[in-house]
Amino acid sequence: MSSQDIPEENLPAEQDTTHGAVGVADEKNPFADPGLPPHEHRIQDIDERAAKRSERAVALLFTVSMLATIGFIVSYVAIPVDKSVYVFPLGHISALNFALGLTLGVALFAIGAGAVHWARTLMSDVEVADDRHPIEASPEVRAKVHADFRQGAKESALGRRKLIRNTLLGAMTLVPLSGVMLLRDLGPLPHNKLRHTLWSKGKLLVNMNTNQPLRASDVAVGSLTFAKPEGLEEHDEEFQNEIAKAALMIVRIQPDNIKDKRELEWSHEGIVAYSKICTHVGCPISLYEQQTHHVLCPCHQSTFDLSDGGRVIFGPAGHALPQLRIGVNDEGYLEALGDFEEPVGPAFWERG
Amino acid sequence: MKKLSARRRHPLAALVVLLLALACTGGLYAAFAPASKAQADETAQSLTIEEGKKLYSVGCASCHGTDGQGTSDGPSLVGVGAAAVDFQVGTGRMPAQQPGAQIPRKKVVYSQAEIDQLAAYIASLGAGPAVPTEEKYGDEGADIAKGGELFRTNCAQCHNFTGKGGALTHGKFAPSLEGVDPKHIYEAMQTGPQNMPSFPDTTLSEQNKKDIIAYLNAVNGDETESPGGLELGGLGPVSEGLFAWIFGLGALIAVAVWVAARTAKAKKS
Repeated sequence: MSSQDIPEENLPAEQDTTHGAVGVADEKNPFADPGLPPHEHRIQDIDERAAKRSERAVALLFTVSMLATIGFIVSYVAIPVDKSVYVFPLGHISALNFALGLTLGVALFAIGAGAVHWARTLMSDVEVADDRHPIEASPEVRAKVHADFRQGAKESALGRRKLIRNTLLGAMTLVPLSGVMLLRDLGPLPHNKLRHTLWSKGKLLVNMNTNQPLRASDVAVGSLTFAKPEGLEEHDEEFQNEIAKAALMIVRIQPDNIKDKRELEWSHEGIVAYSKICTHVGCPISLYEQQTHHVLCPCHQSTFDLSDGGRVIFGPAGHALPQLRIGVNDEGYLEALGDFEEPVGPAFWERG
Repeated sequence: MKKLSARRRHPLAALVVLLLALACTGGLYAAFAPASKAQADETAQSLTIEEGKKLYSVGCASCHGTDGQGTSDGPSLVGVGAAAVDFQVGTGRMPAQQPGAQIPRKKVVYSQAEIDQLAAYIASLGAGPAVPTEEKYGDEGADIAKGGELFRTNCAQCHNFTGKGGALTHGKFAPSLEGVDPKHIYEAMQTGPQNMPSFPDTTLSEQNKKDIIAYLNAVNGDETESPGGLELGGLGPVSEGLFAWIFGLGALIAVAVWVAARTAKAKKS
């Protein structure tokens, strides 16, 4: 706005630097508006050659940006995708990615730097203050708007034709119901899905590495194996949902070292099967330390003692890691003796 | 000749011939029989074990007991196998410098020949996994993609998805797998050193181990390229985010401060 007041050549003269009411602080009015400080000129305002230099600098930056964009296009076309170059200090990196990033970065930076230099050295830097106007419209404008509204209401006959009015109200009320109905898709409710897993009596424990049922003799003391229930295959549609609840950690502890009586009962000669899902927020935990029998959750450092019934010994987890009761069938394969006794994974509202 | 011929009817001649024949056959047998070689090997083997025992007595017995039975300062070595010795001593973890949460990798103090002697001695105490041959951990016939899956299932929870390592409880840690000899990685999986669980062949087959090692070579080997440049430790979004917040935003703030701090006025105030 005020730039229009300024002569084209940015001459220093004739610039108004007083705005609004300027007062002097005295006893009556200690917080009087001191006004703006006197305006000072930049070298570019005074010296036309300096202004020209600034103009050239800004133009140069914009030109650099143009060249960089051309460079971007050329790199995109010319550099093979698998070419690798050595760039200090980054090491061996993809030539294409480096060229694209560098040229695009320069192109954007040069536009920004040019704009900043332009604004600081050439655009008017006279400070202006503009008093706020009242938000309320003038009485004439208000009267006109009110009259227009009444006129429109009368012409629409909304007050006279009640049928239209009422049906319109009905339609407008019902339309949002479509949106409300869609909330149904947030369901269905989980019902008892959180309480049950695929494990059931007689299901074999399948080694996730080999996809073969585990034999008791396969599991050595100090080893760690991951198991899934027999019949659950990776290409099944429900695989992720099911393994998220049924995943097992199989470790073997010397029976003498198992402190919890129930744990020992539920194990087979020291082979214990624990849920792999942390009871805090459900991260997969399997950072098993074979000498301490501690298992650590990488998310929030909850630590469970697998030699003591999966007890929580550190961290935010609320309850012990659920253990699956296992045994051995006639052929020597490990099998589940039922589902988990309690819901696996994190606590939920109705878990109790 | 005449003299010999004259004595051929001597009563003892038959005996002499018999003796000569026996000596000859015996000598031939001794020279060609396979038993002689086996015996020589056995001697060499027992010599190795003997040498190993000497090394053991000097370097290891103070913690692991005079016969590897273990003491309060070190576990029993009966049945740990040659692979465990090759791993522990071959990566410099043993002999341990000082007790602590975890014995770290350090400079190897024994030559490979000495390590082999120690391994032979420990293996003689009880059966255990042997040192793997090169074809077991070589890249030949390995499925790198399958190895990646197996690594993420079994190893990544502690060692990070490209083997950069990570923290465990009470000062223990899973070490970085960068620059570790594939043989030692194989042995670690087999024997489960320190707090690492073992992954025996019965649950993680030999082919599985080979695939995992091939995957590690592909993502973390000497010739692995990093197309993105600055890896920031390969730790994922945490270090990358921290870098962007500190250095990316920091640079922007620095530029903004620098621009605003320089006055454009002709008369500097």
